[in-house]
Amino acid sequence: MDSYDAPELTPRQDASSRLKDFFVGATPLQKRLESVRKQTSFIPTPPRRKIPQGSQLQEDVDPQKFAFLLHKQWTLYSLTPLYKFSYTNFKEYSKLLNAFIAAEKQKGLAVEVGDDFNIKVVFSTLMGVKGTQRDPEAFLVQILSKSQLPSEHKEGKVLWTGWFCCVFGDSLLETVSEDFTCLPLFLVNGAETNTAIIGTWFQKTFDCYFRPLAINAFNLSWMAAMWTACKMDHYMATTEFLWSVPCSPHSLDISYAIHPEDAKALWDSVHKTPGEVTQEEVDLFMDCLYSHFHRHFKIHLSATRLVRVSTSVASAHTDGKIKILCPKYLIGVLAYLTELAVFQIE
Amino acid sequence: MSSQKKINSWARKRTSQDSSSYQTRLSAWRVKEDLNDSKSISKCGQNNTVEDYEGADDQAENALQIALRYFEKGPIKTSQNKEKHLKTVENVAWKNGLAPEGIDILLSVALSGKFGSAVNTRIFKCMIPATLISEDSVVKAVSWLCAGKCSGSTKVLFYRWLVAMFDFIDHKEQINLLYGFFFASLQDDALGMQPHLQALLSLYKFFVPTLISVSLPMRKKIYFKNSENLWKTALLALKPRNPGFPSEPLKLMLTNVYPIKRKWNSHSIIPVLNSCNYSKESRKKRMNLSDYLSSNGSFPLEQLKSFPQLLQNIHCLELPSQMGAVLNSSLLLHYINCVRDESVLLRLYHWLSQTLQEECNWYKVNNYDHGKEFANFLDTILRAECFLQEGFYSCEAFLYKSLPLWDGLCCRSQFLQLVSWIPFSSFSEMKPLLFDHLSRLFFTSSIFFKCSILQCLKELLQNWLLWLSMDIHVKSVRNSPLETTLGGSMNSVSELIHYVGWLSTTAVRLESNRTFLLHFILDFYEKVCDIYINYNLPLVVLFPPGVFYPVLLSLDSSILNQLCYIMDRYHKNLTAAKKNEFVHKTKSEFSFSSKTYQEFNQYLTAMVGCLWTSRPFQKGLYIDPEVLGNASVAEYKKSLNLVHHPAFLSYTVSFLLQECPEERKVNMSSIRGKKWNWYLDYLYSEGLHGLKHFIRSSIHRSSVP
Repeated sequence: MDSYDAPELTPRQDASSRLKDFFVGATPLQKRLESVRKQTSFIPTPPRRKIPQGSQLQEDVDPQKFAFLLHKQWTLYSLTPLYKFSYTNFKEYSKLLNAFIAAEKQKGLAVEVGDDFNIKVVFSTLMGVKGTQRDPEAFLVQILSKSQLPSEHKEGKVLWTGWFCCVFGDSLLETVSEDFTCLPLFLVNGAETNTAIIGTWFQKTFDCYFRPLAINAFNLSWMAAMWTACKMDHYMATTEFLWSVPCSPHSLDISYAIHPEDAKALWDSVHKTPGEVTQEEVDLFMDCLYSHFHRHFKIHLSATRLVRVSTSVASAHTDGKIKILCPKYLIGVLAYLTELAVFQIE
Repeated sequence: MSSQKKINSWARKRTSQDSSSYQTRLSAWRVKEDLNDSKSISKCGQNNTVEDYEGADDQAENALQIALRYFEKGPIKTSQNKEKHLKTVENVAWKNGLAPEGIDILLSVALSGKFGSAVNTRIFKCMIPATLISEDSVVKAVSWLCAGKCSGSTKVLFYRWLVAMFDFIDHKEQINLLYGFFFASLQDDALGMQPHLQALLSLYKFFVPTLISVSLPMRKKIYFKNSENLWKTALLALKPRNPGFPSEPLKLMLTNVYPIKRKWNSHSIIPVLNSCNYSKESRKKRMNLSDYLSSNGSFPLEQLKSFPQLLQNIHCLELPSQMGAVLNSSLLLHYINCVRDESVLLRLYHWLSQTLQEECNWYKVNNYDHGKEFANFLDTILRAECFLQEGFYSCEAFLYKSLPLWDGLCCRSQFLQLVSWIPFSSFSEMKPLLFDHLSRLFFTSSIFFKCSILQCLKELLQNWLLWLSMDIHVKSVRNSPLETTLGGSMNSVSELIHYVGWLSTTAVRLESNRTFLLHFILDFYEKVCDIYINYNLPLVVLFPPGVFYPVLLSLDSSILNQLCYIMDRYHKNLTAAKKNEFVHKTKSEFSFSSKTYQEFNQYLTAMVGCLWTSRPFQKGLYIDPEVLGNASVAEYKKSLNLVHHPAFLSYTVSFLLQECPEERKVNMSSIRGKKWNWYLDYLYSEGLHGLKHFIRSSIHRSSVP
């Protein structure tokens, strides 16, 4: 920090009131702070949520278009609103990001010039991945390797994929002005070094901030309940829970797999409110699993840490990794993840 | 020399090995060296391998200094020496890299043309930084280029070196100003036709097409292959040995429960001040070089150096691409202080909120370096808040989230200072979020921590009062953000004072009237008692009995003196309030209840009764005479007056001894009448000014007791 050597130049009379005056009334910043206060003073999550309904994609969107988002492991990040981001500049962003990656990869030594770098960066929108009309369009960034042979004109292999989305992000949208684009959820699949470089470029270019989004055991339980509650035509995977016991020298993992129909039957037995999941139901659902396990193995799972939940809808790990399996509930899963991301940036 | 050669070859060989394996092999080498080089052992006279090794290092260092001095002086006819010195420099450079001073000297030597091209080339090849390269050295080098003393090939080598070492230069402000020179030089001298420099030009052409006017061949070729780079091997070899080495590859840790996430980009938490905005650049594509250099459209941050400059260009300032950078610039803090652009504040808010949460992770406390880094970051924020005389909303939000988890130890001083900069708002809203957690920490911690909290609450009160006292003048124009009425604001302040009163009362009991604690409590009330006069705010709140009586009975004279001062100030504030009411005739919303006056009068009576009239506690306090009898203080009435009060006892004795220094027994009751006045003067002369003010304002001395 440079020295504040000119205190006499500070218009002190104005100093403390100006910034404040600006917040008079309900400016977005003021709303922000109020929402933080509310959040901190009460239980952070609402006690009830809607069970994801079938495909909530807009009608003119073909769900097959998003097939490539499924069955892949995505690492989650929260992202603060992007400043002066424009959907019309994708071409230019591609070019600049391409150059930036080239420069970063050679950092400290020297740089290769644009066209000679054998990767290609592509920006594109994911039309329809949103909850309401107010949600901004999701978009996708991919790094493709360029084919080495000039005769082959096919697109190269995908080296890295990241996508930005906002599904039912109303609470965040209310608190920013039009210079910002709110896409609080960022999902990435690819090498960490690339994520770091591309994340840095976004942070520098749009003055935003990425933070890894971990999912705590509390939210994992919610996911388990909500996803078990989803109606499925046919189940693709067993329902599985993973608990971790911190003990030395090696931590102990306890895996607990249930047939998905049994899980659904258990859920139906604790579920009362149609279309909704409540906190009591989540607790009851998990308690039933705990007591069942205890009856057989005399182990109190409630004393351990839930680290992973897998269902036919999706699977999630406490490290902030997710895999979505069922196209029908893509939007539903993203809505909950958006909620967690928004919570983290507030 | 032999040892150095060995190191040299080691440095080359071990580039592909990681640092740990290097460590073991280095020690192996030391032992080997020890056995082989008996000369050096006998020279040092001992068998300690490590010291021997260090001795060798010292020798190398001396040789390097001699060599540098030789090159600085210029060529002397004996060429044998030249070769020897060149070898010395090369060996040290390849082994450890060169210090900024060494590079500074060599750069000047190479470009001054003192030696031939062959020597210059060798010098350039071994100019490998151990840590950083000083910007001044590069600037100096440019002036040598202007002198035109060196050959074209040396110039080319210089540019190649500059490109390769760019990230090691400590500052770039001056260098940025030299770009015009670089481009002109590259284009005009036709040096640009060298392939490596062509690469540089085409790179710039890619980013800023308007700056490069020469036509460049469109051949597709990789110009700077890493393997071709002269210095790469040496840099890689140095990396594990110098911990502060700048060019760490980017890496992101993905597990985020406990580990420390390495930073994506810069080496510091706060982003570098940089006005470069990609989208802006592209819009300028049509500008030509001269337009660009004499750009009058906007004012780049890099050129902003003084306050007058800021004032002249405030309408066309290019804002930083990452708003967090303003924390490091006092000029830009001025700017955000008066800016009306909300997106600027929102950008800062988001960045600061996220950075605080990301960097502050209580689980990371084991990592000492990280803790220090976080503390430094908080210090920077606090300096900015102090500069602006205003807290950031992000910090308030951060405190709400983190204070419930705080252990009261980690970054204590920074945390409490953050609390004191919380912007004014409704106390009752903040109580469950903040003050309840603070009380929990307060009651369970040491006396020192209690005092720190009281101090921080005093500063918080002061900041709120300052803000409100200024806010009151703009009240007629706008509504205040949180409290719509002045009455509401005053309520909030009074609740804060009552909260501290409650803390203090309990703390006095918990810590059994410790003088140290009482000082901090009274410091707080020194602020409280003067609110009406000092801040022009309609509020007088007295201290609770739980504070007043223990202080009155304190054994410490400075405490009692402070109490007298505060009582005097309360007196003046209340009198001023009463007078104002009388002037304005109409009863305003803020007239103080008679209860405040009654309370004050009760305290005043108690004080005068104790200290002056020797009739203590006539009203409101009853002590069973039997209890006093049992305590053998049946004759208690005088025991709290100015002469007998335990806090003043030492003064009384000194005063009496002054009169008759030989006396073995002093008669305290002799202080009466005139002598009482002399005694008072003595007390004042001993620095008890609070007492003086109190007695002058509260006691009408028509008669002498």
